[in-house]
Amino acid sequence: MDLQFLSETEPAVKTIGKNLTQEKQFMAREEKLAKKEKKHYALESHMLNAWYGEKKILNDINMKIEANTITALIGPSGCGKSTFLRLFNRMNDYIPIFRKTGDILVDGEDVYQKRIRIEELRKSVGMVFQKANPFPKSIYENVAYGLRIQGEKRKSVLDLAVEKSLHQASLWDEVKDDLKKNAMALSGGQQQRLCIARALAVEPSVLLMDEPASALDPHSTHRVESLILELKEKYTILIVTHNLHQASRVSDYTGFFYLGDLVEFNNTKDLFTHPKKEQTENYISGKFG
Amino acid sequence: MFKSSRNRIIDKSFQVIGLATTIFGLLILATFIFYIFYVGATRIDWAFMTNLPSRFYAKAGILTAWTGTIWIFVLTAFSAIPIGISTGIYLEEYAKKTRLANILEINISNLAGVPSIIYGLLGLEIFGRFLGLGRSVLAGSFTLALLILPIIIVATKESLRAVPQSLKDAAYGLGATKWQTIWTQVLPVSFSGIMTGIVLALSRVVGETAPLIVIGALAYVPFVAKTPMDDFTVLPMQIFNWISRPQHGFIVNAAAAIIILLIIVIILNGFAVFIRNRASRKNNW
Repeated sequence: MDLQFLSETEPAVKTIGKNLTQEKQFMAREEKLAKKEKKHYALESHMLNAWYGEKKILNDINMKIEANTITALIGPSGCGKSTFLRLFNRMNDYIPIFRKTGDILVDGEDVYQKRIRIEELRKSVGMVFQKANPFPKSIYENVAYGLRIQGEKRKSVLDLAVEKSLHQASLWDEVKDDLKKNAMALSGGQQQRLCIARALAVEPSVLLMDEPASALDPHSTHRVESLILELKEKYTILIVTHNLHQASRVSDYTGFFYLGDLVEFNNTKDLFTHPKKEQTENYISGKFG
Repeated sequence: MFKSSRNRIIDKSFQVIGLATTIFGLLILATFIFYIFYVGATRIDWAFMTNLPSRFYAKAGILTAWTGTIWIFVLTAFSAIPIGISTGIYLEEYAKKTRLANILEINISNLAGVPSIIYGLLGLEIFGRFLGLGRSVLAGSFTLALLILPIIIVATKESLRAVPQSLKDAAYGLGATKWQTIWTQVLPVSFSGIMTGIVLALSRVVGETAPLIVIGALAYVPFVAKTPMDDFTVLPMQIFNWISRPQHGFIVNAAAAIIILLIIVIILNGFAVFIRNRASRKNNW
């Protein structure tokens, strides 16, 4: 009914805006040209250094990630890859002793600028955590939460978003009959897919995944992996993983972190078959880590 | 002797000692309750509940005392709970973990152990004299609110701290503000823990006497308090007053009043436990 109202006013708007349309089109073309000249990467880090207190975690990390790709971050525990991942939605802000220098850009914009509102950033950069962390509420409320906190109250909108997100996370068929069920009653694999659905419901453009399958059994891992591959069409995905096979299976690009350095960053196939650095070769062949 | 068999003996003897101490404590309590009921149960009737105090023990009732207790309970709850919970939330979730915050935290915990009569002196000076509330219900409630604030604050902080970080991360990750995270996720989960602290604190309010004596609550109040500015008495004061009388009839009255006080505490606690259980069933992990 809302839409009907819109279509009634549309002709009026058209006449008023007729002259403006051409101008607008022209400007849009100009803007596009300008964008092409200065290409925006979906995610970008520039000379990034990070510390926890006195301890240095990341050294001069430069990384450019294109939109709609999957990038895996691998490396031994404590190498800084999770810290790096959490820079993009500023989850490190809650650690009082954390500090950094250098820039983190999402869609060409520095996310650590003063004027960036952290809540807005996290709507466009979603996150899935290592351990599935559904809210102790119903499945429906879990998925609807992101929209609810934005003030969305219309049931039709929420219903639609919940169904769509659960479909995208390939969980819909398993839970459609009891959306009122408490999410804690789901299996571990289902919980993790629910968390993915919850992240997708706010329609982000980037998805950060911090070892999303490390606590899952092989079957659930497989389901999450094929889901990640499907999501690539719409989202830019950055995934931290300890599982090298997983990295080679799902990702387009892989970055190898070691002791806070980005040792090697290349497309996944080349990195795994012809690593350029000795450290990378040692790690992927299982000599350490 | 083998080490394992010695361990078994230690284990067994601890079990026996534990059982003995438990029975010891319960026996003393049971004796007390049995004696109180033996002396006072027959004294309780409608007239006892609705009569004003009197110097004749047969005519004396506890109307002013139990209504005063309800007054104090409600007003104290309304003033202490919001302040206590907000303070707990601020200290745990918002305040920077500086040295000052640390000192503050230790001091709040220490305040929970300060003798209640000291709070009475503080209340007398601040509420009774400085704010001019005299010996009114309000002065008494505020004094008791001060007394239980540390308990509520500490309970709130502890329950908030027990909420897993992963839950907060989930909310923050979806773009929730700090307040949204606290209100929609953290508080519902920690609610039952906070309620437990509040129940303990409010039970203390119902039984507390010393600070009220200091601020000047009277045992003989010949009318029921109608506004928060009226004089009042409470059940423990009435009991205290009666047991210091020489006539046996007043001792019987005191026993009867103790039974009523016990019943009020049980009802209030039962109510709080009911709320808590209903909330925790909604948030089962």
